[in-house]
Amino acid sequence: MSRPEGVQLMEGNHACAWGAIDAGARFYAGYPITPSSEIAEVCAHELPAYGGTYIQMEDEIGSIAAIIGASLSGRKSFTATSGPGFSLMQENLGVGIYQEVPCVIVNIQRVGPATGLATQPAQADVMQARWGTHGDHPIIALSPASVQEMYYLTIRAFNLSERFRIPVIILGDQVIGQTYENIILPDPASLDLVERKKPLVPPEDFLPYQPDENLVPPMAAYGDKHIVHASSTCHCETGYSNFKYGTNRQLLTRLKDKIYNYTDEIIEVEHFGPDDAEVTLISYGASSRVCKYVVGEAEKEGIRVNLLRLLTIWPFPDQEVREALGKTGAVVVAEMNQGQLIGEVNRVNASNTPVHLASGIDGELIRPEIIMTSIREAVK
Amino acid sequence: MAVKLSYREYFKEDALPLMWCSGCGNGILLRAITDSLADLQIPPHQVVVSTGIGCWGKADDYMKTHAFHGSHGRALAFGTGIKLGNPDLHVIALMGDGDALAIGGNHFIHSARRNIDITAVVSNNFNYGMTGGQYSPTTPLSSKTTTSPIGVAEPAFDVCGLSEQCGANYVARTTAYHVTQMKRMITAAIQKKGFSVVEVLNTCPTHFGRRNIAGDPVSVMQYLKDITVNKSRYEKMDEEEKAKYLVTGELVNKDRPDFLSVYRELNPAASETGRGESK
Amino acid sequence: MTKIEKKEVEINIDEALCKRCGFCIEFCNAAVYEADQDGLPLVKNLENCTNCRLCELRCPDFAIRVEVIDNE
Repeated sequence: MSRPEGVQLMEGNHACAWGAIDAGARFYAGYPITPSSEIAEVCAHELPAYGGTYIQMEDEIGSIAAIIGASLSGRKSFTATSGPGFSLMQENLGVGIYQEVPCVIVNIQRVGPATGLATQPAQADVMQARWGTHGDHPIIALSPASVQEMYYLTIRAFNLSERFRIPVIILGDQVIGQTYENIILPDPASLDLVERKKPLVPPEDFLPYQPDENLVPPMAAYGDKHIVHASSTCHCETGYSNFKYGTNRQLLTRLKDKIYNYTDEIIEVEHFGPDDAEVTLISYGASSRVCKYVVGEAEKEGIRVNLLRLLTIWPFPDQEVREALGKTGAVVVAEMNQGQLIGEVNRVNASNTPVHLASGIDGELIRPEIIMTSIREAVK
Repeated sequence: MAVKLSYREYFKEDALPLMWCSGCGNGILLRAITDSLADLQIPPHQVVVSTGIGCWGKADDYMKTHAFHGSHGRALAFGTGIKLGNPDLHVIALMGDGDALAIGGNHFIHSARRNIDITAVVSNNFNYGMTGGQYSPTTPLSSKTTTSPIGVAEPAFDVCGLSEQCGANYVARTTAYHVTQMKRMITAAIQKKGFSVVEVLNTCPTHFGRRNIAGDPVSVMQYLKDITVNKSRYEKMDEEEKAKYLVTGELVNKDRPDFLSVYRELNPAASETGRGESK
Repeated sequence: MTKIEKKEVEINIDEALCKRCGFCIEFCNAAVYEADQDGLPLVKNLENCTNCRLCELRCPDFAIRVEVIDNE
């Protein structure tokens, strides 16, 4: 295998791997798990030619640990998994957030809980992506809805992780991950890539967790003369552990504000269908593909429907969703779980617009009829 | 003319006094490690200590080299990424007996098997000290601890035997008493390419010591001398006699190719040094 | 005959760092130290000191410094 060019018929997982490589990823550590293993396979084949390293760690806990280590040593790094592996990764995900380590974790969601249905899709890790790791923390999670987006959103994930010094999650699903579609692969040299800020001060003045004006500390790497002290204990700007009153509040506040003060750089949504609608669908990932089809089907029944598609799940697009709620008669949240994103939609529902759930929990791409039933319910 | 490095280049003197109990040997290990680095004249910015959780895991507070302090049991996993991210680094994993052999056991055996070029210094004080003295996988059978008030029902791991069986290139055992031997072993372990394990039997006067030996540090240090015997004497003992001791000395010293050497041989394009430049 | 010159040694104990563990006193092969009532090591027999520096290396708290005095 070598990098394909131009228009390709490609599986979502492959597109994700190429997105990572084109974004500059040069380290992959992972543990195979259906339906994500193809991502590992592409990396195993391709990374050495780019001077990169592929390693299969003994478990997912070791995998996310290794990508954090490699990133602190200066390499863009990532891993891919599914539900059971994502659960194992939670503790170290918190380490990555706390130590502000750029890296990407791809979760190709499948039916859970536990072993569930390994080869069948779900979108039931949404809340876990937000709160799976213990403690107060922000997170960024993106939701690709096509093979082309598996490529572009992976690149975006790397860019966001470098810009904000935070692990970024790709919330994919089995449908998008293992479906083949045509995609256009651009010349990698044409891509706009973001690199972590380097220190501008001399080594003796460097404090690894001293933030800039945008609350993100410039990042040195292990091996630099600027000494890095990365700790999972509460720490101050020196990186060393610090138990003094006020340090914890200061650190947690900065970590949160670092993301939430800059959501305009992070949040991406798509508006599909007519501007004015009786019913607005809110959806993401594979479910949103069915929603686009349903917009046309609803029109045939005389119901005016549009779609607000979330490309960013976390931070939740409060403003965009609140606005959509305010402009429509009713909302149907279509997702492949028992109702996770819908809780967030309700949270920002200042206009008390009726909100319905179209829940796809049959271990398959959500059928249009499930969404249509909710739409008919909404206009009753 | 370059100034000769001393342990002070690596050790954070302004962080003194150490947080550990009176008679805890962790400070002795720190001195041996920083002296070794100075002897080897390795620039501090080429060293990363990767520590776990527990008393020995807090050693990073006292280091001026690069440092990583992560989650419990994962010092070797994070360390693997640190090393592969920049193979020019000297990565030294500092783990207690629980961090390395209980929760970290899986990473320990795989690090040895794949022979990743990391130096592991395991401080074995026979219990979980930081959390109040519970038993660990290295607590001797029948010992009294806070979670084995009438005696531990499990035998202890042979840390060095395990390391050897899993394929580590360098395996050595010493005690906090044997400081000269300790420094020699740590120096050899740092220089060795591949996975190196130095197990240092250590004192915990506050918990394991107080409950099983005596409460004063000297008695606990004396215990370490009493339960160990050097390799040359040990080899002459019969099985019955051997069972009473832990053998100290350099137990394994070989040169099986480390993980990255094998990986590069199979993948010639993979980066030689540095951080992997893009095509 | 070769005359071996004994070097002059200086021992410094940092009382604030010393945790009174007793290792230096107990394990000194030349009986250089003696404990005061709190267990702090006092240099009793400096002339016995062979500059082996094992006390400095065995001190868990970096509280001992053994240095050869350079009279030149």
